Amino acid sequence: MIEIKKLTKQADNKLILRGIDLSIEKGETVAILGPNGAGKSTLLKVLATLIKPSSGLVKINGLDLKKNHLEIKKLFGYLPHSSLLYDHYSPLENLVFFGKLYGVTNAEERAIELVKEVGLSFFLNEPVKNFSRGMIQRIAIARSIVHEPELLLLDEPHTGLDQGAISILNNVILSMKAKGTTTLMVTHDFKQAAEICDRIIIIKNGKLVDDFKLEDRALNLVSEKYQLQVEGVS
Amino acid sequence: MIKTAFLLAKKDLYSELKTKQVLTTMIIFAGLVILVFSFAFDPANNTTKAVIPGVIWVIVVFSGILGLNRSFLSEQRNDTMQGLLIAPMDASSIYLGKFLANFTMMLVVELVSIPFLFLLFDFKIIGSIPYFILIMFIGSFGFISIGTFLAALAANSKSSEMLLPLLLFPVTSPILIGVVQATRIILTNMEKFSSALAWIQLVSAYDVIFFVLCFLLIEYVLEV
Repeated sequence: MIEIKKLTKQADNKLILRGIDLSIEKGETVAILGPNGAGKSTLLKVLATLIKPSSGLVKINGLDLKKNHLEIKKLFGYLPHSSLLYDHYSPLENLVFFGKLYGVTNAEERAIELVKEVGLSFFLNEPVKNFSRGMIQRIAIARSIVHEPELLLLDEPHTGLDQGAISILNNVILSMKAKGTTTLMVTHDFKQAAEICDRIIIIKNGKLVDDFKLEDRALNLVSEKYQLQVEGVS
Repeated sequence: MIKTAFLLAKKDLYSELKTKQVLTTMIIFAGLVILVFSFAFDPANNTTKAVIPGVIWVIVVFSGILGLNRSFLSEQRNDTMQGLLIAPMDASSIYLGKFLANFTMMLVVELVSIPFLFLLFDFKIIGSIPYFILIMFIGSFGFISIGTFLAALAANSKSSEMLLPLLLFPVTSPILIGVVQATRIILTNMEKFSSALAWIQLVSAYDVIFFVLCFLLIEYVLEV
């Protein structure tokens, strides 16, 4: 699904990504861990076509990121820190707008279905500006999957969410996984990473320092590996 | 591309309909300019008529800047611009959509303010109304197409509201000189019609060149 070879990104004489090599299979749920400033979000932004890489090759579904960016944009859903929602629009209006932007047929029906899925049917026509952080994040999740993407790029999706919203988000990710969606999730939440991911990648100083498969939600293994690679504790 | 641009323009205009922030400010500003000028110049005096073409374009330029400033800054809240950039469309669709929304708002302001100006100054057009409408159209088109591009450029700056006029005035000055001259001739002195036609041709050529340039270059401006 994703092929990254010798990916680098330089900004203001600072090398943010230093030759990342990564291959992700279709249907995998991958967590990207690492300290602040390691380059995790930059990697996600490169995949989301928001940042152009300085060098290297990125292929998604066999399509070159540089040459086929329009086709690639149809494939992924992106959920960054911000909601990317229009404040004065209701969840329905927001989702219908983004649905139409992605060429979703029956955008209104799909929007209503998604709002129901994230448990906010009662607030369908309320402006988003009146919502709490958790409610906004739920609608933001719905926005990112409005076009049923094959690849989900999530940047710290659990931050600031209550237990209910975390459970809804995890259910969405797992149901997308069941449909064969590949998920790439930047997170600092080891518990959530162990809960829903089947592979962990650790990035430090713009380099991929560890890459391992996870079985049986082994939270201890994640913590140990992270401490070993990032904090240098064995 | 056109379909997406219309969708974006519709989104902006619907937002405006809901919030009533930009258009109201633009119309209030236009009304204030007309009122101030009506106090400064005696509408009964015939020489006052000479300032009308200038007043029309003062309204367009300054109320236009109010709208242009908001058009990309409004996309910074919740990083909605990122939402547009990751959608499967070219950056030129975003430019076209923003241009259509800004141009529509500008036309609404002109439709409201210019009849009010003529009424307050008791101005009777002795020239050609269709040519006057044509000049207003091409002048506003050029000003808004360049303004939309520069607003996208300035939006990344911390002092974008100050930067936009600084960038906009030098680039649009040929358009403004041309349309003020053409408006003056069309409204007051049709004997020099050939001269007005030359100004119209100049402004039209400038419009086309800059619209195409902005359309092609917007991709580099909107990059995160």
